[in-house]
Amino acid sequence: MADININTVNKYFGDVHVIKDVSLDIKSQSFTVLVGPSGCGKSTMLRMIAGLEDINSGTISIDGQVVNDLPPKQRNIAMVFQSYALYPHMTVFDNMAFGLKLEKRSKDEINERVNEAARILQIEDYLQRKPKQLSGGQRQRVAIGRAITRKPKVFLFDEPLSNLDAALRVQMRVELAKLHNELEATMIYVTHDQTEAMTLADDIVVLDTGIVSQKGSPLELYDRPNNMFVGGFIGSPKMNFISSKILSKSSDATEVDIMGMSKISVSKMSASSSEGDSVTLGIRPEHLVVNGDSDGSWESKVFVVEKLGDVTYLYLEKDGEPLVAETEGHSEIKVGDTVKVGFPAGRCQLFDSSGQAFK
Amino acid sequence: MKKISLSSILSQLLLLFFVIVWIIPTFGLFISSLRDKDLLAISGWWTALTTTEINEIYRMSGMESQIEEDGYFKIKGTLFEDNSGKKIESFGINSKKINEFKIGDIAIFKDESEVILDENGNYEWRSKSEFQKKKGKRLFTTSLSPPSFTFENYREVLFKEGIGRAFVNTMAVALPSTLIPLIICSFFAYSLTWMRFYGRDTLLAIIIASLVVPLQMSLIPILTIYNDFGALFGVAAKSYPGVWMAHTGFGLASTTFLLRNFLKSLPNEMMEAAKVDGASHYDIFLRIIIPLSIPAFASIFILQFLWCWNDLLVGLVFLDQVPSEIILTAKLKELLGSRGENWEILTTGAFVSMTVPLFIFFALQRYFIRGLVAGSVKG
Amino acid sequence: MTILNLLFIVFLGILFFIAYFHISNYLLDSYGGSSVKRYNFENSIRVIVFIAPAFIVLFIFILYPVFETIRLSFYDKFGREFVGLYNYKWAVNDPEFRRSILNNLVWLLVVPTLSTFFGLVIANLADRIWWGSIAKSIIFMPMAISFVGAGVIWKFIYEYRGPDNTQIGLLNAIIVSLGYEPQAWLTIPIWNNFFLMAIMIWIQTGLALVIFSAALRSIPKEMLEAARIDGASELKIFFSIIIPYLEQTILVIWTLITIIVLRIFDIIFAMTNGEWQTGVLANLMYDWMFRGGGDSGRGSVLAIVIMIGVIPILAWNLYKHRQEQKI
Repeated sequence: MADININTVNKYFGDVHVIKDVSLDIKSQSFTVLVGPSGCGKSTMLRMIAGLEDINSGTISIDGQVVNDLPPKQRNIAMVFQSYALYPHMTVFDNMAFGLKLEKRSKDEINERVNEAARILQIEDYLQRKPKQLSGGQRQRVAIGRAITRKPKVFLFDEPLSNLDAALRVQMRVELAKLHNELEATMIYVTHDQTEAMTLADDIVVLDTGIVSQKGSPLELYDRPNNMFVGGFIGSPKMNFISSKILSKSSDATEVDIMGMSKISVSKMSASSSEGDSVTLGIRPEHLVVNGDSDGSWESKVFVVEKLGDVTYLYLEKDGEPLVAETEGHSEIKVGDTVKVGFPAGRCQLFDSSGQAFK
Repeated sequence: MKKISLSSILSQLLLLFFVIVWIIPTFGLFISSLRDKDLLAISGWWTALTTTEINEIYRMSGMESQIEEDGYFKIKGTLFEDNSGKKIESFGINSKKINEFKIGDIAIFKDESEVILDENGNYEWRSKSEFQKKKGKRLFTTSLSPPSFTFENYREVLFKEGIGRAFVNTMAVALPSTLIPLIICSFFAYSLTWMRFYGRDTLLAIIIASLVVPLQMSLIPILTIYNDFGALFGVAAKSYPGVWMAHTGFGLASTTFLLRNFLKSLPNEMMEAAKVDGASHYDIFLRIIIPLSIPAFASIFILQFLWCWNDLLVGLVFLDQVPSEIILTAKLKELLGSRGENWEILTTGAFVSMTVPLFIFFALQRYFIRGLVAGSVKG
Repeated sequence: MTILNLLFIVFLGILFFIAYFHISNYLLDSYGGSSVKRYNFENSIRVIVFIAPAFIVLFIFILYPVFETIRLSFYDKFGREFVGLYNYKWAVNDPEFRRSILNNLVWLLVVPTLSTFFGLVIANLADRIWWGSIAKSIIFMPMAISFVGAGVIWKFIYEYRGPDNTQIGLLNAIIVSLGYEPQAWLTIPIWNNFFLMAIMIWIQTGLALVIFSAALRSIPKEMLEAARIDGASELKIFFSIIIPYLEQTILVIWTLITIIVLRIFDIIFAMTNGEWQTGVLANLMYDWMFRGGGDSGRGSVLAIVIMIGVIPILAWNLYKHRQEQKI
């Protein structure tokens, strides 16, 4: 069992405050993904858990033990790096056996563990090769293999798939998910790719400039983002944001205006809001209803049509407000057509001027 | 197209000119070191590759070796002691007419004795009356000498002039003076690159500054320290370990700087992966840094080794100029003073001193150039 | 000392340093790291173990001497009594010193400039000729030779025999064959300096050449092709594209050779020993280290004058280093 507790941790690089009072509980055997744009502090967070960065204040404990001052080797972790970080002068076998040799394990044990890991990752044929004779995907497997052989309680992944091409990335993603089931270890995974986050995670932690923006299961984040940042970050294409105004408030709903063309009553509330406040209305492209009836609607000219086969994206614009809508793959709509888009009230999110979501 | 080929021919000619100017001095030295020392002193080395005309004076044997034969008193002998391959063209018996006779002519002296000479220098001198003088008469020969080369100079220089020992001494200076800084600077450069500690940036700035400090700044204080040290412990202050440390000191900044530049280029994530794998700094150093740094080590080794091998000043100041300690460059300088006219010794000695650098140059040129290009700055 | 003894102490000397690092690190690896406190302690000790030898050597051989030399320059010949600026005043009024400074300045003007120029020209020529790399090797070769060795080589070129004898020095042989009188080149004041500089240029051109070659190879081919498509002649490309592109390299090489020339000693020591007005600062300094039992005050002043020559370069290097650190 390896719970990880992060308690009000702060980190400074010189004068720059990169991690601000972060607290997180990561359950044993869960797959947690730290996600956020570059520079949000997600890699720093991971490296602090690994012991590669000092912690300025707060505590990190693994399995109940505070590890702030422990070197990486005593934290019972293994890490997979973005650039794979293989030792170029060693064979695949030696790369995977390096940690075990340092622990002065017996030859038989080393052989057994390396072969076991190689079998899981299907790299048995390459054990005597040097890293530069391998393809990107094979190197990635070796890097993971190096982590597996040490049988750690916690696996840390630092954007491990970002150097792979798109097809391989999808394949490795599936294998990582399988691996997680097989190994039953705690895994913490850093990425800037929200698709990886959504597909792999039990829990997603969205970081924004050193602060935890939201933590929750993928669907929680998708359906109920805490703020505009999470709303915009999760989902592809991005959530549409439209400036709007509160027209009226009732006990369980807020009525807002849609481009002065219609109004919609959303059953979400914010105590601090009042009539006439500016708000932002958020709605995902896939939830807009094209040329159909809905709670509120908007008419606009189509500027760009993107046909992806399974779906079609329509790029609309009205008075400087862009909007992307999804419709069926074989849509007849052409550039220059005027379409009517409907806003289902149940799918709409409201955000106040500071970006916080209405509940 | 014509214009291009003309400019290409011009550049080829220009480059050829540079190459000839640059190679000729060394080539001349090399040829000279292989020439007979007597020839070296009287003719330019560029004549060594062709047949040379030599004018010489020999004296025939005196009365002791005469024999009586066919009614003549005869003295037989040869002018050329060694088998040098010279062929006599003409000869004379008078210094004013040295080309008076051809081979096969009979030359008649004033006392009516006569001499015949063959082209290999064998002569027969005969007279009706008995030879009375202890010394024989002089013969002036003009002979042609084919190109000939010898290793005699090398034998002479290596074993009689002390260059051989100086060679060993230089090796004993240069090898540790290269390996010691390489060892201590690789640890130093490692800590400057991959360890975090207070004052690291200052230390790095000091190294950068030290790169250009001329070694003259250190000579007097270091010599004083050595003398004091020697007086204190009653040992010879100027000694091999002293020179090693001096070379280490003067080469430290550039060795560290070059190594750090190399280490900085290794990926940070690899070091971290090793740390996560449980490696200590020494494990990382031994098992990752050293194997990966072999090419960099080779470059730096060559630079520092050549520097130490070719140095004169440090060897002059920090070693006694005695046979057991003198280094090649100092020995050469000494010979330049004492044997300034003996070009066979100077050229051969110089060439001996160049053998090791030239070997390294031709065998490891790639690493040598790489090291220089990596930004070699030597104080 | 026999050769066997010598080999033994060489072996011992090298072994000593390997043993120091191995044993100290082995001890740290075996006893450190078992607890948090110990781990931090072990790390600090290890930093010291890694740095100590190099730092001690650096301190004894560079840092301390720099300050000590500055101090000694204000003291008498034995370094005992404070004499203020006496040594500096002596230097300013000493004709030998003035001659040396002048010579040094001419060296600094001529050698780096010509070496860099030749290096650049040859690198460009060699770059587009199929036997260029052989040519480069030959021109680079003198870099491997000692200054003294080069001195012998060139002394042989400059060798002088009386007008009645056969000239065995190449230069005089050429002069004589052209119908002129042979000259004792190294004894003609002023001009002899240039004959000595020729040796240094002969050596340092190789350094400039290899660095320029590497830099030339880094010029993007597309840029040159674009220029050719725009109709630029080869000469125009050389002056308007290659030279500006190599500006930084030219500066680096020029400084590099300047530093080497500033402390030039061996060539002059071997060839003329500073006679016939060829002395430079480093020779004068060596002279004063031993002349009349040695004068540490005057010697130090001379060392400081050499040091002053490199200070602009030192400042520039530090400035560049700062800029790099910021990135």
